[in-house]
Amino acid sequence: MKPDFEQFKDIPGTTIFTIEKAQQGFELNQFCMSLRKAENRTEFLADQRAYVDKFPMTEEQKQAVLDRDFQRMLDLGGNVYFLSKIFASDGLSYVQAVSTMTDMNTEEYKQMMLDGGRNIEGWRSKKERGEA
Amino acid sequence: MARITAGVTTSHVPAVGMAVDLHKEDEAYWAPMFAGYEFSKKWMRENTPDVAIIVYNDHASYFGMEIMPTFAIGNAASYGIVDEGYGKRPIPDVQGHPQLSTHIAASLITDDFDMTVLNVLEVDHGLTVPLSLMYGAPENWPSKVIPIAVNVVMYPQPSGERCFALGKAIRDAVESFPEDLSVQVWGTGGMSHQIQGARAGLINEPWDRKFMDDLVNDPETLQFKPHLEYMVEAGSEGVELIMWLVMRGALGPKVDEVYRFYHVPASNTAVGHLILTPKE
Repeated sequence: MKPDFEQFKDIPGTTIFTIEKAQQGFELNQFCMSLRKAENRTEFLADQRAYVDKFPMTEEQKQAVLDRDFQRMLDLGGNVYFLSKIFASDGLSYVQAVSTMTDMNTEEYKQMMLDGGRNIEGWRSKKERGEA
Repeated sequence: MARITAGVTTSHVPAVGMAVDLHKEDEAYWAPMFAGYEFSKKWMRENTPDVAIIVYNDHASYFGMEIMPTFAIGNAASYGIVDEGYGKRPIPDVQGHPQLSTHIAASLITDDFDMTVLNVLEVDHGLTVPLSLMYGAPENWPSKVIPIAVNVVMYPQPSGERCFALGKAIRDAVESFPEDLSVQVWGTGGMSHQIQGARAGLINEPWDRKFMDDLVNDPETLQFKPHLEYMVEAGSEGVELIMWLVMRGALGPKVDEVYRFYHVPASNTAVGHLILTPKE
């Protein structure tokens, strides 16, 4: 059956990790996996530029890592479970890291979650939101 | 003969594992969630299975991008705990049941499920958080475990129909194992959550509650829900819920609902939990 990668494009504020994105992000995600080892986390944090240069990522991918621009990393084929190895190295929780991809600060984001999370109304479709 | 005695579903939020490990269960943030599992811990003490088949997904913990099996089954005598970047959880290793997992793997492959066989595997929060929620923090886990890993991270994930059918095939496999064993099937992950992008933090409680109703009462229809609906309505990571269909398929046509719990939030996630028993 012909795969349908287009079907996800209308979901607002969402990057679906498809097999195509996985291909694009392979080296970025491989770098992330290296951070499962404590000694690599130490080496990465000691000299981040030198550490990312050990991996055959694109310069854009490396810069997004150094900038901790998680949305950019998603755009370049990263997947959040892989990217979690970066923010775990930084000692950040999922909530702290995830909130950086929204228009809220961490405290506002935490409060939203305590209040029941982000309401889906208005968040189903880019077309509905006038974003497409 | 081995038999399936119950099914459990539960979310597997990593922060829940940390809360257990750091003894934060009584803190104001966590207390309402852990209170919802008190019944389950007691029920599990009274109904401890010999083996729990735990359907879970790896979160870039043991599998990287090098190998991404759609369905995989653990076939080892024991499974270590993987370091997910925060250091290993201080919990006991998980003990397998190689005789039963060998039988199930062979049975599933013979039934045309092209399982990847994992003779070495370290397990992450997807499998260990449900153990902590059901069993607390014992010195050793009271059940043997057979891990079944499903790719829910990379699209295309297996379809709901395929997950449901896998559950049915697991039931056939268990029931043809000659030893007298009590076996539970646990489906983990979900409920609604999205942990990436500008839409992060999405929770859809009405959708989650309907999903639980349909899982109990109408799984034959629920199995056809397309991935797109999970991702739109339950968030990009809500698609983990297809793993609950594996559990449901293994329980047979009719079930009794022993327990249900729903809570928002745990970290970024809606927590949902069911205990079901097959109705003969």
